[in-house]
Amino acid sequence: MKKEDIIKAGTVVYERPRLLTDNITHYCPGCSHGVVHRLIAEVLDEMDLAERAVGVAPVGCAVFAYNYIDVDWVEAAHGRAPAVATAMSRLNPGNVVFTYQGDGDLAAIGTAETIHAANRGENIVIIFINNAIYGMTGGQMAPTTLLGQKTATTPYGRTAALNGYPIKMSDILATLDGTCYVTRQAVHTPAAVRKAKSALKKAFANAVAKKGTSVVEIVSTCNSGWKLTPAQSNLWMAEHMFEKYPLGDLKNID
Amino acid sequence: MKGNEAIAHAAIRYGVDAYFGYPITPQSEILETLEAEMPWETTGMVVLQAESEVAAINMVYGGAASGKAVMTSSSSPGVSLKQEGISYIAASELPALIINVMRGGPGLGTIQPSQADYFQATKGGGHGDYHLIVLAPATVQEMADFVGLGFDLAFKYRNPAMILADGIVGQMMEKVVLPPFRPRRTDEEIALQCPWATTGRHGRGHRNVVTSLELESHKMEENNIRFQETYDLITRNEVRYKESHTDDAEYLIVAFGSVARICLKAIEEAREAGIKIGLLRPITLWPFPTERIAELSHQVKGILVVELNAGQMIEDVRLAVEGRVPVRHFGRMGGIVPNPTEVIEAFNQNFREK
Repeated sequence: MKKEDIIKAGTVVYERPRLLTDNITHYCPGCSHGVVHRLIAEVLDEMDLAERAVGVAPVGCAVFAYNYIDVDWVEAAHGRAPAVATAMSRLNPGNVVFTYQGDGDLAAIGTAETIHAANRGENIVIIFINNAIYGMTGGQMAPTTLLGQKTATTPYGRTAALNGYPIKMSDILATLDGTCYVTRQAVHTPAAVRKAKSALKKAFANAVAKKGTSVVEIVSTCNSGWKLTPAQSNLWMAEHMFEKYPLGDLKNID
Repeated sequence: MKGNEAIAHAAIRYGVDAYFGYPITPQSEILETLEAEMPWETTGMVVLQAESEVAAINMVYGGAASGKAVMTSSSSPGVSLKQEGISYIAASELPALIINVMRGGPGLGTIQPSQADYFQATKGGGHGDYHLIVLAPATVQEMADFVGLGFDLAFKYRNPAMILADGIVGQMMEKVVLPPFRPRRTDEEIALQCPWATTGRHGRGHRNVVTSLELESHKMEENNIRFQETYDLITRNEVRYKESHTDDAEYLIVAFGSVARICLKAIEEAREAGIKIGLLRPITLWPFPTERIAELSHQVKGILVVELNAGQMIEDVRLAVEGRVPVRHFGRMGGIVPNPTEVIEAFNQNFREK
């Protein structure tokens, strides 16, 4: 039986979104990035935003995001995506600009740019992948690393005395007058994926309607950095991450 | 008007799409003038006070990636903060204009004038092999004119340009003829001029990506070779300088920016005493007028380089002269500006009293 015999009109129940490119991703199997990329591609296509969406990629694991989603992209310096997006959104207000940032990019080196772009109420979407670790550079401590969590730079576990506390950026961003929607989601179960997708839809709709800054945090797994299997990672995330980073809307102004 | 104000008015008239800046003395009048003029009401120009120089230069990066004519300005400590972003802009082959109205350093230094950022501006500043096109204005008129020239060159070569002004020419008031108004480019014109720009696909049929990242070494070397070819082209085509009294000169002074005007006064006084000195004022600090200085080194007995620093441009002069004649330096630092008499004294000490 050939592929063509199986895939016929009316038999397809699942396929790659049109906006996901053919490029093979560099992400580790089990990583949340792939699911989130897929959701963005689905949402942009379903909302008919492909021609006017522009992404800003971070430095970190998602540095090559521009290879996978078929819209215009700018690759920003580490942490500066919200500043880059500010100019792009203001100079082409008919476009919908989104950033895609990890916890190191958004919550450490880019804290100032993130807070001030959100505080200005830039009409952008900030997608924040929080996996509590630096994946690309080999599993070092992130600002969101949990107390006790072992990483390459906290080999005996993060301690408050030595490293301070895990930062809850979405909670901070929700306090700013410039944000209209701040939510924390995950993509570890089918139900969570569906919720995350509807959150992304709401965020992009806010950008289209010029309501201000929308922040979608995705609490994510990094099985390579955590040194767990993908299945174990999902369990570890639910058991440990959600306690510090509970899922749900932190702010939603209609 | 002040040199800083002239830059702001020239930017609006040139049809600049956006300015992003952060206050720092002695150039805050640029942002202040733009905010007061409210060009977003007239030309549609975006003006934004950023949260930092770092944010401002990255806003420039985003705007330039969109094919827009985008600029920022700052003074020495702030321009140091911008260097990462400038390196990204150069590496992504984007046109942009950066203005540095220099103050004395290092560190927080002083708010008084300086030319101590010559190395930073002409030798790279940020990381990696890149060059900015560096224009050094000596008058308020040139402050206004170099906005348009800087953008024209930046778009011609897809390379960032810098106006490297000293604090004197930023704060000095002179008469100035502002350029005529011209409209900002339309989206269609930008799409034609900048087919690489990340303007959104809008029916283009493919995505545009602006990035400086290339992990495959042979491709990254190809990128570097392409950058170097651009720099060679700029070096061949865009060297600018102004000479005064060089026809019969027995000695030469090389100075840039407002210091060149002080030196010209000194040269005129020296000529009254029968000492034939000429002046070469580089207008482009990069590309540097190497060939012309080399030619003049066959004609003169000695060259004095006068700068508001400890001796920076003198290195490029010496590379041009290749040891044919003595090349000496006279500089003041810390915000002190020499008068013509001091320049003549420095000349005499180096070349007459032996």
